[in-house]
Amino acid sequence: MKVKAINYSKDHLKYLSAIKRREKIIKASQIFILVSFLLLWEMAANFGWIDAFIFSQPSKILKTLWEMALDGSIFLHTGISLFETVAGFLLSTLLGTSIAVLLWWNNFILRVTDPYLVILNSLPKTALAPILIVWMGNNMKSILFTAVLMSIVVTALTVLNGFQEVDQDKIKLIESFGGNKKDVLIKVMIPANVPTIINALKVNVGLSLVGVMVGEFLVAKAGLGYLIIYGSQIFKLDWVMLSIVVLAFLAALLYKMVLILERRFLKWRE
Amino acid sequence: MTPIVELKSVAKTYHTPVGETKALENLSLTINKGEFISIVGPSGCGKSTILSLIAGLIQPSDGEVLVFGSPVTGTSSKIGYMLQKDHLFEWRSILSNVYLGLEIQKKLTDENKAYVNKLLDIYGLADFKNRFPSELSGGMRQRVALIRTLAIRPEILLLDEPFSALDYQTRLIVSDEIGRIIKKESKTAILVTHDIAEAISMADKVVVLTERPGKIKASHDIKLSIDNRTPFKSREAPEFREYFNIIWKELKTHESESY
Repeated sequence: MKVKAINYSKDHLKYLSAIKRREKIIKASQIFILVSFLLLWEMAANFGWIDAFIFSQPSKILKTLWEMALDGSIFLHTGISLFETVAGFLLSTLLGTSIAVLLWWNNFILRVTDPYLVILNSLPKTALAPILIVWMGNNMKSILFTAVLMSIVVTALTVLNGFQEVDQDKIKLIESFGGNKKDVLIKVMIPANVPTIINALKVNVGLSLVGVMVGEFLVAKAGLGYLIIYGSQIFKLDWVMLSIVVLAFLAALLYKMVLILERRFLKWRE
Repeated sequence: MTPIVELKSVAKTYHTPVGETKALENLSLTINKGEFISIVGPSGCGKSTILSLIAGLIQPSDGEVLVFGSPVTGTSSKIGYMLQKDHLFEWRSILSNVYLGLEIQKKLTDENKAYVNKLLDIYGLADFKNRFPSELSGGMRQRVALIRTLAIRPEILLLDEPFSALDYQTRLIVSDEIGRIIKKESKTAILVTHDIAEAISMADKVVVLTERPGKIKASHDIKLSIDNRTPFKSREAPEFREYFNIIWKELKTHESESY
């Protein structure tokens, strides 16, 4: 909440401006690190301290961006990876939550599947990617599958844990009004766990990106992951570095989107 | 006149993998329409079990529970249950919280909405309808919880230590308020508490339970020589102290027995 400046004492104004100054210094330091890193990199390449052929350099990355923007290829690669990532984390959150609902609803299934879920959860999912590709073919379907696989189990377990932590008396309250299990699910379990689901979404953005990269490394003919692997194979390090920069922006953008979603859904928390 | 609630030699045993617990044994209790009774007893004596049985949330292991003269088979909209904590849903506005019971029972009609809004207006919550629970004080929240219970127009109110989560000051004020509201809306009420003073101040009758398995140890009709009795004023009555001492001693014998 914003505080209105009305008739504050001198001391308080001084306190406020001290806070503001500190915030400015922090921001400035952050920018300073980025700028000096880029400058140092550029200089190092220009003066021959590092080999620009292997390490690339900011000006060459910018130039590559410009060229690829002109022929439109960067938008194609970014667009494909973005689509796969968004589809991946939305699907895995949705499916993971549905599995959590099923396991909460039916205790027998929960008890039976428990050891399998624990093992599946600890298994590095990237190990399964090559098999998926053999099974599903050299196409986007197997990339999406890898992305979803990355986070579906952990989402199911996290949301299930959220369900199990809901106060038993809240269930009793619904039951005392004559509500059934469906009422408990819709009126209590889901709304009480919106924060849990959004947190899962946050984590899944990162995991889905990992899945998409692994998938693209293995099969793709387009996408940032493809650009990275192909670029490194033909020693076009400018492509590789550019893709990584774009990936960083993509990750930040997606995270920001989830934050906006969070604010929209959790108004009551403020 | 048939009593509104009747428990006939009721027993309740809980089963868990580590063993079984007898919560109630051979318990009989009769409550008439419009009565306010308090149940006190040592902790874990099955007080709350009695309420769950009447509410139809659980079934007795033995004996019979009758409400309005017929055996309880499940929950009924004629019974309102108020829990220890207010359990307002943080993600719902106050208005939406008090609609909860009506929503579940699919009775969210204009008439019922108007009734609930009137209750909020009467009991000083008119300006808070669109606020969220986190913006309300503990006392106000408990009042909202009562209105959520009253919204389904129950004839019997079950109160399971509804004030125990409040601090002492608030507790006195809220129990007074809620006592008045229940009187004014002329409901039958059963209050479970471990606070003897609270039990006497609110009730027409105080029932003392034994330790687990709970049976009725004593029953006291509370007759106070004051006019316009309210929970708050009751504490001033000359007889208050006597009742308090008697019940306190009855509960205390349990304590010493266990040592």
